[in-house]
Amino acid sequence: MNYSTLLIAVLIALGGAYLLGRNRARTLASQGAKMHSLPTHYGALVALWTTLPPLLLLLLWAVFETRVVDMLLTLQLPESIRLAGEADVRLALSKVHNLAKDSSLMAESNLSGAAAHLVDLQARTSLLKGGVILALIFAGLGLTWRRIQPDMRARGEVESIVRKLLFLSSAIAVLTTLGILASVLFEAIMFFQKVSPIEFLFGTTWSPQVALRADQSGSSGSFGAIPLFTGTLLISAIAMFIAVPVGLMAAIYLSEYAASNVRQVAKPALEVLAGIPTVVYGFFAALTVAPLIRQWGETAGLDVSSESALAAGLVMGIMIIPFVSSLSDDVINAVPQSLRDGSYGLGATKSETVRQVVIPAALPGIVGAVMLAVSRAIGETMIVAMAAGLAANLTANPLDSVTTVTVQIVTLLVGDQEFDSPKTLAAFALGLVLFIVTLALNFVAIKIVQKYREQYD
Amino acid sequence: MSIIENHKTDGKPFCDSAKLSARDVCVHYGEKQAIFDVSLDIGKNEVIALIGPSGCGKSTFLRCLNRMNDTIDICKVTGEIVLDGGNIYDPKVDVVPLRATVGMVFQKPNPFPKTIYDNVAYGPRIHGLATSRVDLDEIVEKSLQRAGLWAEVKDRLHSPGTGLSGGQQQRLCIARTIAVDPEVILMDEPCSALDPIATAKIEELIDELREKYTIAIVTHSMQQAARVSQRTAYFHLGQLIEVNSTDKVFTTPEHQLTEAYITGRFG
Repeated sequence: MNYSTLLIAVLIALGGAYLLGRNRARTLASQGAKMHSLPTHYGALVALWTTLPPLLLLLLWAVFETRVVDMLLTLQLPESIRLAGEADVRLALSKVHNLAKDSSLMAESNLSGAAAHLVDLQARTSLLKGGVILALIFAGLGLTWRRIQPDMRARGEVESIVRKLLFLSSAIAVLTTLGILASVLFEAIMFFQKVSPIEFLFGTTWSPQVALRADQSGSSGSFGAIPLFTGTLLISAIAMFIAVPVGLMAAIYLSEYAASNVRQVAKPALEVLAGIPTVVYGFFAALTVAPLIRQWGETAGLDVSSESALAAGLVMGIMIIPFVSSLSDDVINAVPQSLRDGSYGLGATKSETVRQVVIPAALPGIVGAVMLAVSRAIGETMIVAMAAGLAANLTANPLDSVTTVTVQIVTLLVGDQEFDSPKTLAAFALGLVLFIVTLALNFVAIKIVQKYREQYD
Repeated sequence: MSIIENHKTDGKPFCDSAKLSARDVCVHYGEKQAIFDVSLDIGKNEVIALIGPSGCGKSTFLRCLNRMNDTIDICKVTGEIVLDGGNIYDPKVDVVPLRATVGMVFQKPNPFPKTIYDNVAYGPRIHGLATSRVDLDEIVEKSLQRAGLWAEVKDRLHSPGTGLSGGQQQRLCIARTIAVDPEVILMDEPCSALDPIATAKIEELIDELREKYTIAIVTHSMQQAARVSQRTAYFHLGQLIEVNSTDKVFTTPEHQLTEAYITGRFG
């Protein structure tokens, strides 16, 4: 039996078990027994015990089946292949799988013995799988159904199973994060074995080209990441310089001044900005904004490169406006009306009230919004890749072309690569730095929010 | 129960030394009328209590007296409210000085998320009442003293106002109102969120404040109305049913609705 059939069987068992358990509890109750929990709790308990073990087994089976089957198959391969090495064994195994799928090819191959064995094996495991799953379903159903007695505490048991399931879900999220972090960390450590961390963090020349083959001409590479950090900082700063004031003032207008019909139109319209793919912003920046800035710059007698930090930063700022405005709007709306009334009652004008009462009260949330926007700006790749160029210039001039950490990660990993050369490993080191910076920003944001929270209500 | 046709307020709604005079005040929230032709004088240096069942319009009427209802878009006020000879609903009137003259204390203590000092200094600062830091210090101290809070907070003027207890917060809000040197103070159920001891302190304070200010207080507690006020106005479904001296309202009310309310038959 294949997985989908079994899954359907388990789902049917789920419904059936629930009804059986509930009905047994009802029957007992109608016979005068004082049941500890509601009939639905008994039903849920039977359903959980009937379906969870088979589902778990199916999962394990799906994970390990191929591995076990391949191990068994390897023993069936001709000795010459088995001794030839791992790569040959893998090749032979995939041939065997193909042969087993198409029996017309089988006769012509020296692997036909193994293929026949595989077909046999598959038939047997399928039967075994079906049998074990069905047995588990019925065992769970029968045992739990029999356990339904008036003094059985089904409610508590269901709650504890549910709690464990929820814990499992959150554990998956946390473990995935840890896994990603660990893999980045290990690769970064490998990088730092080839390039010293001091050079990476404080070097001022970024030129990651490394000769891949001995006969290839090319430099040995230089991995000073300072130009990337300053580039990221410059572009993020320009973006925040646009996004924070505009976003915040838009939020203030929408929440305090705009009539409700204006608000109903303007807020979703602003949020559309957040829905535009960053690639679209990217070519907007590269094809419209950057040439415009270059033109203006030249009229003013300035030397503007055609891919400038200013263009990327401006467009990124526009992209981030809805983040700042939407989140700030929410926190400003959450400021209690009583505070505004208090201020108006003292004869304060609207702008005095907004400036001196509403904004201070909403500050923690606004700071949180800004921090989130900063994280977004630092992590943004597409706009910078398209509009700010790839040249790792160490400069504070916004009219120059710069590059950022994320853009370099992309360029390092695109194309033909060896995964143990410092060039590719550098991407992981950059990723690690990015991760640490964003984490630190989030940490600071949380601290700020905690410090100022509960100043009102 | 419904609106009484052609009702004329019983008792004595008018007085000789009126600070505020409302004449034929009607309030509409959109289509719905909340206040029907209320005419009432509030005398100088008196405490007038506005009582009545929930939704009777007493808070709405109170909020008309310093145009707080302006902040609600759909609210429309007609009629005349005269403060010291001028109609406050005259289009030429600026609400900023009006609200400085007619201050307001709200149902729930609403200190700003600022220090105690800055809470009190807020009003004087926006109205430019103090020319120097010393001036401002003096206003803050005097206001806190008048609100009976100085002794409790003088050592922590620069800690947040929200860190005070509920009763202290409400006295802070009163101090904040006093700081802009108003002539009338409107109080909208100022004790409804407070415990009996804090309530007693506020009531004591109201009695002292009467020497300098005119006070209108909305309250749900008839004991409170009896304790703090000289005159009492009874509202019912947006109409002003009866106004008399507090003693008379609570001993021999003229209107049967007033009697029904104070004897607890509804409300």
